Amino acid sequence: MTTLTAPTPRVRLARFRDLTLVPVIVILLVVGAFLDPIFLTPGNLTNVLQQQASISLLVLAEALILISGKFDLSLESTVGMAPAIAVMLVVPASAGGFGIGLPGALVIPFCLLVGAAIGAFNGFLIIKFQLSAFIVTLAMLIIVHGLQLGPTEGKTLFQLPDSILYLGSAVWLGLPAAVWIAGALFAAGIAGLAYFRVGRSMYAIGGNTDAARAAGIRVDRVLWGVFILGGTLAALAGVLETGRLGAIGSNQGVGWIFMVFAAAVIGGVSMDGGKGTILGALTGVLVIGLVQNLLTLKGVSGFWQPVVYGGIILIALMISRIAGGKAQD
Amino acid sequence: MKYHVEARNVVKRFGPTVALDGAGIAIAPGETHALVGRNGAGKSTLVSILTGLQRQDEGEVLFAGEAAPALADRDAWRQRVACVYQKSTIIPALTVAENLFLNRQTGRGPINWRRLRARAREVLATYEVDVDAEALTGDLGVEQRQLLEIARALSFGARFIILDEPTARLDGPAIDRLFARMRALREQGVTMMYISHHLDEVYEICQSVTVFRDARHVLTRPVAGFPHDELVSAMTGEAGRRPAAYESRARTPAGRVVLSGARLSLAGRYRDVDISVRSGEVVGLAGSGSSGKVRLAETLVGLRRADSGTVTVNGTRVRPGDVPSALRAGLGFVPEDRHHEGFVPLLSVAENATIPIAHKLGRFGTVSPARRRARALRMIEDLHIKTEGPEQPVGDLSGGNAQKVVFARALVDDPSALVVINPTAGVDVRARQALLGAVEEAVERGAGAVLVSDELDDLRICDRVLVMFHGRVVRDVPRGWTDHELVAVMEGIRQ
Repeated sequence: MTTLTAPTPRVRLARFRDLTLVPVIVILLVVGAFLDPIFLTPGNLTNVLQQQASISLLVLAEALILISGKFDLSLESTVGMAPAIAVMLVVPASAGGFGIGLPGALVIPFCLLVGAAIGAFNGFLIIKFQLSAFIVTLAMLIIVHGLQLGPTEGKTLFQLPDSILYLGSAVWLGLPAAVWIAGALFAAGIAGLAYFRVGRSMYAIGGNTDAARAAGIRVDRVLWGVFILGGTLAALAGVLETGRLGAIGSNQGVGWIFMVFAAAVIGGVSMDGGKGTILGALTGVLVIGLVQNLLTLKGVSGFWQPVVYGGIILIALMISRIAGGKAQD
Repeated sequence: MKYHVEARNVVKRFGPTVALDGAGIAIAPGETHALVGRNGAGKSTLVSILTGLQRQDEGEVLFAGEAAPALADRDAWRQRVACVYQKSTIIPALTVAENLFLNRQTGRGPINWRRLRARAREVLATYEVDVDAEALTGDLGVEQRQLLEIARALSFGARFIILDEPTARLDGPAIDRLFARMRALREQGVTMMYISHHLDEVYEICQSVTVFRDARHVLTRPVAGFPHDELVSAMTGEAGRRPAAYESRARTPAGRVVLSGARLSLAGRYRDVDISVRSGEVVGLAGSGSSGKVRLAETLVGLRRADSGTVTVNGTRVRPGDVPSALRAGLGFVPEDRHHEGFVPLLSVAENATIPIAHKLGRFGTVSPARRRARALRMIEDLHIKTEGPEQPVGDLSGGNAQKVVFARALVDDPSALVVINPTAGVDVRARQALLGAVEEAVERGAGAVLVSDELDDLRICDRVLVMFHGRVVRDVPRGWTDHELVAVMEGIRQ
């Protein structure tokens, strides 16, 4: 059919839609280079990436859940609670553990299992019990954080097995292992959502659940899987953060969820589901990371930084609104 | 094998409600079979049973004489029956190609987008759907999306299609194109079940008709030679009366102009339109989907802002694009899409109906529930709204009754000007009469009304009809037109 011969411009446009933040990143790099000579050095940029590695995993998890049309606030609590519980299972009572004395090599599998279990429980309440995702995960945010505070009695865990410290602190081929891991997972996420049926079915579910069901997609199974994956990624983020800091504080991960949502949304992921890409979410994380780094380098008081973060989020939203053209939802 | 599709003695209950009570349908191979009935007759339930979305509590469903597949076996269902649902099952954020191959983009392994697009182009070419495989479906028009759904449905290899009110959102020429397509499919031997509120369409496109009423099967007849009256009385269960032919009333418009627009223009929609409506007059606005009639009406009520020109309600020049100012000047309106702009589904009938007069129901910003209730009860009675009471949420009402609530809201403040846009879309015969009657009663009380409709029968109540063509009013047709005349002007055949 002759009418179908000129489709290329449309594709290019659609691809650019994910990348509306790229100019913002470029501007940040240029402005940063002028403001501070250290900013544009490989060492500093590596530093930015390492700092953002663990929160980026949370953004990845949240983007997957948002694209599927759901919501998860409890991820940030999992970041602290999953590694804390896993560590307490293996370390002796003298180091703040339960005193069960399980092998230290199992700490990461334990941690991921705890994260997956939290995701599965969220999924159970939201999908099988059909409760509102917002309220369920708000309650779980509080409960899961409480499940860290209770056993640890609010204390920081210092004596950690080497296995949990490794991933967050090792350097592979000149870059921190955490950056490699986050990069690999984002690559997997980008490919999975673009080239695999399960990824496409998440867009279908988020876009129109009834239509997805009518097309034979096992909606409940996919959603449950997404929640479990989200919890697991949050636990992995906890592992990386623990390794980076060398200890598990009682407020590890607390307050992250706002930044996570901000990164996902300015990266073009719709809160209504069915829209956005993992690549877009990644650009969102990078913008926030660069701003954070720039503020620290310029010595902006930590007390004033929230104002700047909030302002940046609003400006990024305006830019993507103008670039995207449509009203945001 | 006598029947291509057969449902026998199907019973389906939802809690205490019986949606289907021993109903059935039998469709011969290659025929286009209409299923008609009033809202709530059980048509949609039968559709979801015939498409395998729900299982019947009793009775059986046969395809070509064989029992229907298990509910979980979606592929088997899709090879037997395809359905274009009332609600769109197109996902707007995805491309045409992906919607066509939703959940079957690939067998195993990664998706090859290039191949997927090629396959999509093949399907689109086979079914002669002229859209770009890479376009986002959200950017397509209603008609194109529907064609896409039909193409997708057929691409599974089903020889039986259910079309559930496919014309509800299409304009005249698009409906003709759809019918041409349906005829072509029938020539290829495709069996169809066609659901519509428009009996004319049933006579035009179908060979036989089945009537459902109150969850039961009433009759099945060949369409040819079946009198229109009998079909309507089978649907309503009232033999002898002829509810379909609405008798519009004669009246003499007074001299006072209550609603007027002067030199209104909106880029790409309409140009230089003058319209004036007198008290005691119903003015129709007719035209095809692209004529700009709906946009013009929306401009009159303030939902849209014209690029130039003025709107005057009851002698007051209203601020352009400002609904509250139009309402204050004495305007009432029924918007095009009741679900979208017409009512708040979770709020009660009483609250929905009294939103515009909330300030009159109490002092200092309070709203007196007792007065609201009293007012609502009066509206419920006047408009014959079938509801459990003023407290029932509008979302629970049937389409026709929900529309009556929208009417109640438009009429609650005794407007001197009334603008009604497609009031009878998706409502049954009886509700349609009540709604048109409400317009006429308001006009008898001294209002002037603008009625925009795609239904020629609705326009019969108008004292004159302004026909629009490509954004211009091309003709002012007085009462007494024939369908043929009006359609000819709407299609721009005669100037």
